[in-house]
Amino acid sequence: MHNPQLSPDGELLHLLTIEGLPRAMITRILDTASSFVNLGDREVKKVPLMRGKSVFNLFFENSTRTRTTFEIASKRLSADVINLNIQASSTSKGESLLDTIDNLAAMHADMFVVRHAQSGAPYLIANHLNQTQQAHVHVINAGDGRHAHPTQGLLDMYTIRHYKQDFSGLTVAIVGDIMHSRVARSDIHALTTLGVAEVRAIGPRTLLPSGLEQMGVRLFTNMKEGLKGVDVVIMLRLQNERMSGALLPSAQEFFKNYGLTPERLALAKPDAIVMHPGPMNRGVEIDSAVADGRQAVILPQVTFGIAVRMAVMSILAGN
Amino acid sequence: MNLHIQNGRLVDPASQTDSQQDLFISAGKIVAIGAPPPVFHVDQVIDASGLVVAPGLVDLAARLREPGYEYKATLDSELQAAIQGGVTSLVCPPDTDPVLDEPGLVEMLTQRARNLKQAHVYPLGALTVGLKGEALTEMAQLAEAGCIGFSQADLPIRETTVLLRALQYARTFDFTVWLRPQDPCLGRGGIAHSGAVASRLGLSGVPVMSETIALHTLFELIRSTGTRVHICRISSANGLELVRAAKREGLPVSCDVGAHHVHLTEVDIGFFDANARLDPPLRAQRDRDAIRQALLDGTIDAICSDHAPVDDDEKLLPFGEASPGATGLELLLSLALKWAMECVDDPRQVVLQAVDKVTARSAAILGLPIGKLEVGADADLCLFDPAAYWRVEPGALASQGKHTPFLGYELPGRVQLTVIGGHVVFRR
Repeated sequence: MHNPQLSPDGELLHLLTIEGLPRAMITRILDTASSFVNLGDREVKKVPLMRGKSVFNLFFENSTRTRTTFEIASKRLSADVINLNIQASSTSKGESLLDTIDNLAAMHADMFVVRHAQSGAPYLIANHLNQTQQAHVHVINAGDGRHAHPTQGLLDMYTIRHYKQDFSGLTVAIVGDIMHSRVARSDIHALTTLGVAEVRAIGPRTLLPSGLEQMGVRLFTNMKEGLKGVDVVIMLRLQNERMSGALLPSAQEFFKNYGLTPERLALAKPDAIVMHPGPMNRGVEIDSAVADGRQAVILPQVTFGIAVRMAVMSILAGN
Repeated sequence: MNLHIQNGRLVDPASQTDSQQDLFISAGKIVAIGAPPPVFHVDQVIDASGLVVAPGLVDLAARLREPGYEYKATLDSELQAAIQGGVTSLVCPPDTDPVLDEPGLVEMLTQRARNLKQAHVYPLGALTVGLKGEALTEMAQLAEAGCIGFSQADLPIRETTVLLRALQYARTFDFTVWLRPQDPCLGRGGIAHSGAVASRLGLSGVPVMSETIALHTLFELIRSTGTRVHICRISSANGLELVRAAKREGLPVSCDVGAHHVHLTEVDIGFFDANARLDPPLRAQRDRDAIRQALLDGTIDAICSDHAPVDDDEKLLPFGEASPGATGLELLLSLALKWAMECVDDPRQVVLQAVDKVTARSAAILGLPIGKLEVGADADLCLFDPAAYWRVEPGALASQGKHTPFLGYELPGRVQLTVIGGHVVFRR
């Protein structure tokens, strides 16, 4: 089975998942990102790498934050950005997903940034473009269902590398709703590819998917045991609709057992960093004292996120 | 019309025959095997050199999509697909629109099928009105209209009370109830086997427990009612253990498997290939291995095509939105042969075993005098070249459904000629 995101000679055609990306490709993206990271501090926050290119943000599922960071990244690369809120347009008129894609490709799009509620939707689009001689139009997965959120995974790696330099000796804990998290899946693939010492997943059994161990993860249901001696803690957002029901009895009980408090964080290494993909639920998965504390790197993640998205777009655009 | 089929390799699992013999047909019936009958005027000679002459295939699950889903497929297109696949008799589930829950609808369908003079169509009636799992259908009248059994298609009954009553009522008339074992709640909305692949791809899962819990319930009900039940499209190793034990216990059950599940696993989903979106979902390697073994030891009686044509509009979608199902009528023989070639140790038994699972065994479940070559039987035949390989591609399929996870495969066994009621209805 051929992964549609790589060309036969190993070049990146689309960014759909971190799974199967060569380590050298991940490193190349992170290195490129570091060349963009200080751009925001300059008087003129732009480079002309994508001048004349059109980036279409296709958000089939709502998102303000991710869409905005992609928009900023495109603009800093001097690309033209077109935002499409697809729910409100063509598909509700009965047009199929692939018809929409063909129409937009005919408007000379160079890149599609796709968010979709269904796992695998960006694959359908990328495969279609590859099979219809439109592979010059690149697809970036900006989050598909529970499957992947590769730019978030990459910006998490950038953040870890920034604070820890080397991945080889690290123990990383991912905490919370692993079951429904595309961020967790992308982080796990990235961390195992980059060769960290150990990846841990911590959560109640209702939120740990079956077969997770086969992704190279050690499972913990006890937060205190799972946090012992870790270098990095990645907290996941708990969606409102999952806070009470058949998966969890209440947000309060979740916080009591899996919320990141200063006392629990003290079990990690003294220089451990705390990450969160946002938006945070203070008092549900993370205590404010930790979220605003000296070990939190949650805001730097956002800043790095723009540089990483610029790096991905710039590499896909052939720079 | 008198036919003489000469030089063929006659394979008839019902009589354990596998030898070169001629076949003589008159007035739609087989009149002699080996030597011609005393007085026999030949109208047509068919040279079957190099071909296997087998009974026409009997498929236990083929959706023809009529009435209601003619945009996906029609009786015309799918019965054409059937004869191109050597299928001369097929069972169609009641999940049409409207559902086959009224005698008039069943009569209309069988009448239309008869007029086309192609494969024999044996409909399953709905077990409950609208397949809603609430009220029983008029089973006795549906049987008079031509239903050979009763089924819920892919919609499990939520209320165990209703299932019990349905089994009791069916038992009153000695009808067979066809059920696919699935818990009505556990795994509902799931689109892939609960396991490593679904977790990695972020697809919601259907656990094996969904099948085993349903089987436990069903067997307990059968112990009480004594109803004959045909278990459709078993998918898991654990489920097969339960079926094996039930058969050993002497419960009146039979069992089939969809041809896809004999060969493929969850891994074949690859990068979200919607062609591998099937119900029940493709399961793990150990499940597939258990299915192959269960066909050898008889726990699974027959292989069905589980034919479910789906059009582009409903398949070229993200995996979770794509309609489940794949085209199968034209692949059934090849997939049965592929199984036998890979799993039957004795090379002399390969063709006989493959044909058995798609003719004699499935006919026995139906209790109809079809699927065998004997003097006096209807002349429904399938002539195929067991050594020929063909490539599965949309252009090679007559079915209106072009989607199958076997696209691009080279499969063994090509049907060359199909005979129904003594008439050659298809010649490649």
